[in-house]
Order: sequence, then C-alpha cells, then structure tokens
Amino acid sequence: MKKILILGGGTGGTIMANKLRSALEREEWEITVVDQFKTHYYQPGFLFIPFGIYNKNDVIKPKSDFFPPGVKVIFSKIEMIEGKKNQVTLENGKILKYDFLIIATGTQTFPEETPGLKEDLWYKEIFDFYTIEGAIALRNFFKTWKGGRLVLNIAELPFKCPVAPLEFVFLADAHFHSLGIRDKVEITYVTPLPGAFTKPRATKMLSGLLEEKNINVIPEFYLERVDNKEKKIISYDGQEVQFDVLTIVPVNMGNEVIERSGMGDDLNFIPTDKHTLRSEEFENVFVLGDASNIPTSKAGAVVHFGADVLFENLMSAIEGRPLIAKFDGHANCYIETGFGKGSIIDFNYDTEPLAGTFPLPGIGPFGLLQNTKFNHYGKVIFRWIYWHILLRGKELPIGPDMSMAGKKL
Amino acid sequence: MATQNIAGVNIDVNDEGYLNDPSQWTKEVAIEIAKEEGIELTDKHFEVLEFLRDENEKSSTLTIRKVGKSGIVDIKGLYDLFPGGPLKKSSRIAGIPKPSSCV
Ligand SMILES: Cc1cc2nc3c(=O)[nH]c(=O)nc-3n(C[C@H](O)[C@H](O)[C@H](O)COP(=O)(O)OP(=O)(O)OC[C@H]3O[C@@H](n4cnc5c(N)ncnc54)[C@H](O)[C@@H]3O)c2cc1C
Repeated sequence: MKKILILGGGTGGTIMANKLRSALEREEWEITVVDQFKTHYYQPGFLFIPFGIYNKNDVIKPKSDFFPPGVKVIFSKIEMIEGKKNQVTLENGKILKYDFLIIATGTQTFPEETPGLKEDLWYKEIFDFYTIEGAIALRNFFKTWKGGRLVLNIAELPFKCPVAPLEFVFLADAHFHSLGIRDKVEITYVTPLPGAFTKPRATKMLSGLLEEKNINVIPEFYLERVDNKEKKIISYDGQEVQFDVLTIVPVNMGNEVIERSGMGDDLNFIPTDKHTLRSEEFENVFVLGDASNIPTSKAGAVVHFGADVLFENLMSAIEGRPLIAKFDGHANCYIETGFGKGSIIDFNYDTEPLAGTFPLPGIGPFGLLQNTKFNHYGKVIFRWIYWHILLRGKELPIGPDMSMAGKKL
Repeated sequence: MATQNIAGVNIDVNDEGYLNDPSQWTKEVAIEIAKEEGIELTDKHFEVLEFLRDENEKSSTLTIRKVGKSGIVDIKGLYDLFPGGPLKKSSRIAGIPKPSSCV
C-alpha cells in the first residue's frame, strides 16, 4: 500500500483529502490526514464576530464532517517532519511513513513576538480578531464601549488575508455609526506598508474609501513594542500612537513544527516553488496554502486555486511525469466595506487588481474595484460556498488561472 | 528605464532609482547613492549591504526581521544605520530591487 500523508486538516488539507480520495484507488493508496484540533473554523467569519454580525456557532463545524470516507484521520499534534527519512513523528511518538507528503499547516498569530503585546491589557483593551478567542473577547468589549481612540495595527508582513484589517475598520465605522456614537470614536489604521494596500490601483480605491469614512491612516509604522501603562504603540523609529482600544494583527508565522523540523524561513514559512507548489528541498513534498512562502496572498481563495494545481502536479509526480501545471498566484478577495456594500479584487503574481466585471466579462455580476451592494452578497455567499463546495474539493465556476477577460487595463 | 551616471559609470536605474542590474553595483556606486539618501557609509553599513546582496542572490524574500536576525545588526540598529525606511533605502544602496512586501 502506498501512502499519502496530509499535515493539517484546515482549508487546504481538507480540500486535498477530498480531491485525492476520489481520484486514487483505495486498494492502492492510503490517505491520512493529521490535525491537532477537532473543530474546523471558518476563519473569514472571525471578522464579523466583534460587531455581533456572526456568533461562534456561525463559524465552527466538526472537522470530521468534511473528510470523505476512506480517509484516515488522526487528531494529534505533529512533533517532527523528517523529509530525508520520509517520515513524520506525532506527539505520542508514533511514526507515520509516507510516499508523498502534503504540508498544509497554515499560519498562526504569535503575539509573544512583540514585547508588551501579551501583557496586562491583553484581552482587556488589546485584542486580535484572528483567533476565535480574540474575536469573542473584542465582541464583549465593544458591547459596553462608549467610544475613544480605536487603533488597528499590523505588526509584521506578511499576514493572512491582507484585506481583513481594512474590512475591520470599515465595519467598525459602520458599527459605531449604527450605535450612534461614530462621532465619539476616532479610528486609526496603522500599517507597516507604504499605503493602505500594496498594489497601486487597489490602494487608490481603498484610500478613497478610508478618507470618505474618516479613518486616519499611518503608513510605514513598524511596531517595536506596546506600552501598557501609557497605552501606546511604539515603532522602531520612535513614532508613537496612543490608543484606548488596540486591535492588533500579531506577527504571523508558520507552525512551530516547521521550525523544529528545520524546514522554514525566518518566519517558519516553507520555501516552495511558486509555480509547481513543490517544496524546494524534497521532491516528494508539496506545500499548500498559508504554510508556504509563495509571494501571493495568504487566503482561502488562493488555497483553493492552488489546490487544483497541486492536485495535477501530485498526480504527475505519482506517475513519474514532469510537473506541468503552473500556479499563477491567483487571488480573489471580497472586501467588506460596511453599510451592506463590498468590493472585490482579482489578481495574480504578475497582474495587479484591475477594474472590470467578474467572473463573466462585461456582465459580472460582481464589479471589480467597485463598492457595490452586490459584492457584499458575494462575501455573504462565500461562507455557504466554503462549507459546501470549496472544502469538499468540488469545482467552482472559476478556474485556477486568473482571466484577463472583463478587466480594464 | 533610465541611465544615470553614478560615480563616473553609466548605470541602469528604474523610475525610483533602484539598480536594474545588481551586477553593475560597486562600492563607489553605493557611496554615491547613499549620499543622495543623506547617509555616509561605514563598515557596518557595508556588512549589511553585503548581507542583502547575498540574500538577494539566493532570491530569498527580504524582510526587516530577516536582517534583524542576521547577527550583523538588530532591527533598531538597522533603523539607526538607514533612518526612515531602512529596508527600502538599504536595498537601493545595495543595488538590489526594491523589496516587495506581501500582497
Ligand atoms: C480574520 C480572517 C479573515 C479571513 N478572511 C478571508 C477571506 O475573506 N477570504 C479568504 O479567501 N481567506 C480569508 N482568510 C484566510 C483563510 O482563512 C486562510 O488563508 C486559509 O484558511 C488557509 O488555509 P490553510 O489550509 O493554509 O491553513 P488552515 O486552514 O489555517 O489550516 C491549518 C491546519 O493545520 C493544523 N496544524 C498546524 N500545525 C499543526 C501541528 N503541529 N500539529 C497538528 N496540526 C497542526 C491546524 O490545526 C489547522 O487546522 C481569513 C483569515 C482570517 C484569520
């Protein structure tokens, strides 16, 4: 029996388990997934929790609901990956051998990396919304907050879902408007980037929205530490920003198992061929999603497009053929902008987000780089698509390669 | 693309003044560009520049954190050496492409 081992049963690991189980003979291939947790979190939903739009039950389901029959699932922490020996060790010392390995251990937040962040004010006046715990703690804080300085800060690049912090401030603006206290809330967006976003045209559109909504932007701020007494964040070059409540996107890094196994870069992301999605170090190891170091967004949509390419290439590798499927870095993000509207951007390694219609050229229904009601429904529908189509590895009407049709240069 | 005469040599630079070809870089070129940025280069600066050039050669993504872990300077030290946008300035002086942050 030949063995495929999948590390991580989140978005990417679950998609691959589904795709591979339906493609490979059960008598020939054993497929095993390992994950430490039994609950699958719909992470994009975390964004809505602080504002009471979603609650915990809207974003969790048992992981086991999404693995197909015939896939072995082990709930355990992964201790070590040994690429040279083609084996993985679990927390209890059990060793799993593999012929092919797929690593999809994602990225996590590490607030400990920033001095002063996880101290006295943590989950009292400093919150993250990248974990369920943080999102719920912030929800409870907002319930009784009377207003003041709300600061959002991104601690380090890259971070997962690069539009999420922008969506957070847009939704905060709408939320405090609806509570009738927007005039008592000062919202400031503090980022290490030179502007609201990296790509020029999207930055222009998003900067316009930020201005319209009276949200201050402080760019090129690289966080050194948090002062809990004086309630301010301080950058390496001595800039200081005062807050009454701080929402932080902590340093994002790959899981510790990647560091323990000596497979990661300085942020524990795994060096990966950006086109084939194969590990640069081992021929029989592929990396999917946030765990890799490929230069595109760390987002569920990217994981989904990447999974198509990884699947093709893994099938080629199994049959000893060259890896011909090439990932183009396709990312596609709905951006929630508040007041029932949204925007959408579509881009890849080489093409920045452009205006136009999506996915059908000239028709849409979604307007790229525009702020419309319809785009908001895209985000709402995405949750349904995520649970019912995406995780199950089924085809969406959008292929992995980005299309230029319908885009305006 | 434009050609700029730096330290007596014609060098290809892009709109933002970054070298198009890292192999055209010399110490003299670095000293000239640094002057434009208002920085006088010391041995410590050159250690950082060499590190950046090596990493660029290996085509690894450069971050301030990575330089901070290089053992040459810590992050604060990097800000002291290249005030105001340390990675952007040091990359330009090192003759390597402008660091692309995440998307
Ligand atoms: C607030 C927020 C908003 C977002 N919004 C969007 C959005 O609108 N659109 C979008 O496309 N994406 C969005 N994302 C991003 C998206 O959720 C992720 O990019 C995607 O889930 C990544 O999938 P993955 O498989 O790489 O990792 P994950 O789904 O995170 O899975 C990793 C899995 O590996 C397991 N694991 C890790 N290490 C170990 C170990 N040592 N032992 C055992 N198990 C381990 C974890 O338990 C986890 O289940 C958002 C994310 C956040 C946090």
